[in-house]
Order: sequence, then structure tokens, then C-alpha cells
Amino acid sequence: MPDTFELIASSTVGSGGAASIDFTSIPSTYTDLVLKLSARATSTNIDLKMNFNSITTGYSRRNLNGNGSTVTSSSASDAWIGPIDGSGQAANIFGNTEIYIPNYAGSTNKSYSIDSIVEDNASLAYAIFIAGLWSNTAAITSISLSALSGSLTFAQYSTAYLYGVKNA
Amino acid sequence: MPNPTRIEINCETGVESIIELTDAEVAELTYQAELAAEKKAEEEAQAEANAVAKAALLDRLGITADEAKLLLA
Repeated sequence: MPDTFELIASSTVGSGGAASIDFTSIPSTYTDLVLKLSARATSTNIDLKMNFNSITTGYSRRNLNGNGSTVTSSSASDAWIGPIDGSGQAANIFGNTEIYIPNYAGSTNKSYSIDSIVEDNASLAYAIFIAGLWSNTAAITSISLSALSGSLTFAQYSTAYLYGVKNA
Repeated sequence: MPNPTRIEINCETGVESIIELTDAEVAELTYQAELAAEKKAEEEAQAEANAVAKAALLDRLGITADEAKLLLA
């Protein structure tokens, strides 16, 4: 990792699983945030969302999806951050997601970029790129990762690493 | 049976807590799951109806799906 990245906090899901992973009391001393997620769900429900400050409104996104043969694009007013592997995919495979949140502590609306990869070591592979926007001028002090709809359980050994980035 | 749990990491103190969801939170998740299932069923039914209509149209026109794509290119 670059010298300007500092690990703020991390979590590894234990044997009991977790319905959500929540980072709270995020310090405002960095310029940007980077969240790296390696995760698997114990269910077939695999779509995740990210909420800031426990607020569920004001999110929108535009995304590009590729599966190796087809590229599609879509947009929606939700906080979707992509899928992870679940019980419908090969065992022991974890999806990877990286979320970049610039100027998270500023007083303007919050944009974020996401790249998300899901594959099952067989025939399924998705690469998803998301440009997201949270139309809220509040500084981000917490980040919650959970199911986009309904519920899912993060499987054991899923990890989330939150880094702060300090510009020179 | 205990409720599902969530992980909360306090970035200021570094303390990680495993917190059981409240009954209200569980009820909300269950409700959202039912809504999502209903929506998915509706979307699947619509997709099936669209596929049937498309097949009927292609049959009426006497062309294949690839030929239709060529026309629309």
C-alpha cells in the first residue's frame, strides 16, 4: 500500500457470521477513505449496499457490468455496491470489492467509486464498476455494509479493511 | 433462538463488538426479504411474458432473433 494509506480499522467475520459490518466513529483527519472487502454470503442473496451515518436515503449510482462476453450499463437510486459470492457459487470463493470515497469529511455531496469482482472458479465471472453519489453534505462518520434488500449473512473469514488516505 | 448479529468496529477506540439485532430490526429484515421476493417473482413473470411475446412476434414475422438483431443494427 502507498505510504499515504493508513489502516484505520479492520474486521474478520467469525464463525457466527454477521448480518452487517459497521465502521463507526471514523476520524475526520484523513482526506479520502478506501474500503477493501473480501466477502462471501452464506445465502443466495448476495447483493450488498453501503450506507453512511445510518442514513438510507439520497443514494444513486451508474454502473458498468461485464461478464466476459457481454457488457451492460444501468443506473438506479439505491446504495448497491455490487454482489459477493454466496451459496449459489463454488465453495470457499470470496468476492472482492474496493470502494474509494474522496473528501469524505467535507461539506459537499459525497461521490464514491467502486470496483467489484465476483467469480466462482468455474464459468461465472462479473466485473462491476460503479460511480455512486450520496446526496448529503454531512461528513461521513460511519459506514455500514449489509444486504441491499432482505438479509444476508457474511460468512466466516469475510474481511473488511478501512484505510484513510492523507494527501501530501 | 438468538437473533442474527452484526459487527461494529469503533474506529476511534479500535473496539470490535458483536451486537445482536433487535426484534424490530429482524422484523424489518424479514419484511424487506418478503418484498424483495415478491418483486423478483414479478420481474421473472414479466421476463417470461416478454420472452413469449418476442417468440410469437419473430414467428409472425418469419425471422430469427439473429436476423432481428441485424435489422436493428
